[in-house]
Amino acid sequence: MNSEIKLFEDGKRLDGRKPDELRNIKIEAGVLHRAEGSCYLEWGGNKIIAAVYGPREAIPRHTQNPLRAIVNAKYNMAAFSVEDRKRPGPDRRSREISKVISEALENVILLERYPRASIDVNIEVLDAEAGTRCAGLTAAAVALVDAGIPMKDIPVSCAAGKIEGQVVLDLGKNEDNFGSADLPIAISPRTGEILLLQMDGHLTFEEFEKAMELALKGCQIISDLQKKAIMEKYQSKTEGN
Amino acid sequence: MTQERREIVIPSQLLGDIKENKAGRGTFVENGIIYSEILGILQKGSEYINVIPIKGRYDPLVKDLVIGIVEEPMSSSWLVDINAAYPALLHVNEVPWDVDFGETEKYLNYGDSIMARVLQVDQEKKLQVTLKDRNLYKLKGGYILNVEPQKVPRIIGRKGSMISLLKKYTKCRIFVGQNGRIWIDGDEDGVNKVINTIKRIENESLSFGLTNKIEELLKKDAKDVH
Amino acid sequence: MTITPSIKKGYLEKLAGEGKRADGRSFDDYRKIEIETGIVSKAEGSARVKIGNTQVVAGIKIDVGEPYPDSPDSGVMTTAAELIPLASPDFESGPPRTNAIELARVVDRGIRESGVIEVDKLCIEPGEKIWIVFIDIHIIDFDGNLFDAASLASLAALMTSIIPIERLKPTLEKLQEKFPSVKNILNEHPTDYPLPLKTPPISCTSVKYNKSIVIDPALDEEEIAEARLTVATDENGDIRAMQKGLKGSFSVDEIKKVIKASIDNGKKIREQLYKSIGK
Repeated sequence: MNSEIKLFEDGKRLDGRKPDELRNIKIEAGVLHRAEGSCYLEWGGNKIIAAVYGPREAIPRHTQNPLRAIVNAKYNMAAFSVEDRKRPGPDRRSREISKVISEALENVILLERYPRASIDVNIEVLDAEAGTRCAGLTAAAVALVDAGIPMKDIPVSCAAGKIEGQVVLDLGKNEDNFGSADLPIAISPRTGEILLLQMDGHLTFEEFEKAMELALKGCQIISDLQKKAIMEKYQSKTEGN
Repeated sequence: MTQERREIVIPSQLLGDIKENKAGRGTFVENGIIYSEILGILQKGSEYINVIPIKGRYDPLVKDLVIGIVEEPMSSSWLVDINAAYPALLHVNEVPWDVDFGETEKYLNYGDSIMARVLQVDQEKKLQVTLKDRNLYKLKGGYILNVEPQKVPRIIGRKGSMISLLKKYTKCRIFVGQNGRIWIDGDEDGVNKVINTIKRIENESLSFGLTNKIEELLKKDAKDVH
Repeated sequence: MTITPSIKKGYLEKLAGEGKRADGRSFDDYRKIEIETGIVSKAEGSARVKIGNTQVVAGIKIDVGEPYPDSPDSGVMTTAAELIPLASPDFESGPPRTNAIELARVVDRGIRESGVIEVDKLCIEPGEKIWIVFIDIHIIDFDGNLFDAASLASLAALMTSIIPIERLKPTLEKLQEKFPSVKNILNEHPTDYPLPLKTPPISCTSVKYNKSIVIDPALDEEEIAEARLTVATDENGDIRAMQKGLKGSFSVDEIKKVIKASIDNGKKIREQLYKSIGK
């Protein structure tokens, strides 16, 4: 393990990307048999499955809201998804990520349609490589559309950060460990509204602006990929035989 | 032969303007613009813009015929699963039998299937069903097939054309619940044929000329055609 | 909870009376099995197995650990299963429920008791440090017969696992300072090498409903099952493990029939497993 690791070489990042380039992303909708909606997503080295169940009556009763549905997003990492095996079960980090994802999704889902119900979104990280919460939310959004849940937009998430004094898009392996800032965001792509925002590290105001700009651009590209994945799943069924 | 394409739309997709059209089913309006709120098929008429859902839970409407499965007999009612987001209540007053207090299990128990009608859907989406009708009763024997509720109209067909075809060529009794449950009874071959045909309709529900195609297939298989 | 209509039970029993199953299979046939290995880059070994629509992912993590006091020269293996909520509307998140625990224990027993992992070859420094093998099973889609899918995924993952010398070199070098004999291990294995394994037994599960016994139960069949029997057989057709579950009973004849069907299918599955790992 080299703490003197150089993150930039000839203007290119460790994996050969340019500062404003995203990792490879592959999205597939409707991959599970039991879940009402589902999505499999690969983002760089991340492999994520998201599944949606519901809307269904919220249990236990005391969690029911008589006016609208509640969104229970649960983010979980498989024990084998990280280098040092992770003990199975939710830890504080997963609970926090689950909460910010639930809140982002609650913004766009038309919750008043389903009083007293819950919409359960499960995000499983099978292979992790930086940016799992962004990948998780992006996959969850596709699974929600696949489940036929009414929404006013399809949320999308992406992160920008700073490595060796330069602001870059989509921190990858090692970049998030050795970088000096990380800014994951999620937006409602139709309106540009920010639904999720977290930041840790150190950014000047100008660096923050640059990072936001990059992340927003990244979000738009990924939003197109989400939509493409959904259309691919359903378009083929419309051709007359 | 020109192939019309059914247009698939997704949530947040721009569909029109309220100056020119009215926002119908499956849409929402923001700043005078009509958007889709679900994954569905666009239906753009001269007046209304609708989006017909392709996926999603069964949304109960009063008068819908449904196939329910009894979840829990209670002292003067039963809780029934009708494949909606919520269970439905069947009250002892809404059944054709004289049920004494606490005797509900004698008439309908856990796992029993019933052909019922949606009686009431209130603001909090509390659901009630009824069995009080000549056509409604407890189901015995046969087989229950689960399909996506959104495909039911296709399985019934325009004015019942598809379902009539199935009944004619397989000689089976078939009851289609709006909630995506279908009860089938008949001889084994017939039941299998109905199941396979319905599964096919489900898979190809969005394609054109399906009714004719299904008729051809059924004709080919039929041993005696009347 | 998803309820099974009693009509379904009647229908399946009627079919069984005629020697048929709802999906057209014979009593002794498995659904289509798919095996894919090396799917998780962070794991030391991984596999994804599909039996019909049931889908399981197993991941193997290997690390340096302490031996159990009563077996100071032996490596350690541990198995955990997660019935994650994404696989079925009836699975809730939280601490493992009885079903997950039973599943993990049955899979664990099958692997442990048959000595598949050569734990005596996993010693680093006797009484102090050994290799510990973590088997983690993730059920992704539930459509019946988790036992066989989980077992098969675990085996496929184990058979393609490596001892991560590269990743853990710093830890091993540090250990060498305290225990000089570790140097021999690094000399013998300067880089990642395959986890030492013996030929694994294959698990086959059957269920009984209304006097009919079928192998590889689909969800429908599992829901109405009265009794269940899992039999693990090895490459010679010998029996290595058995587990009966549920309240119903089997006659001795029925058990013999199940064993025969398990030996036959075990052989076919073993061939497919070897093919998928490139043997």
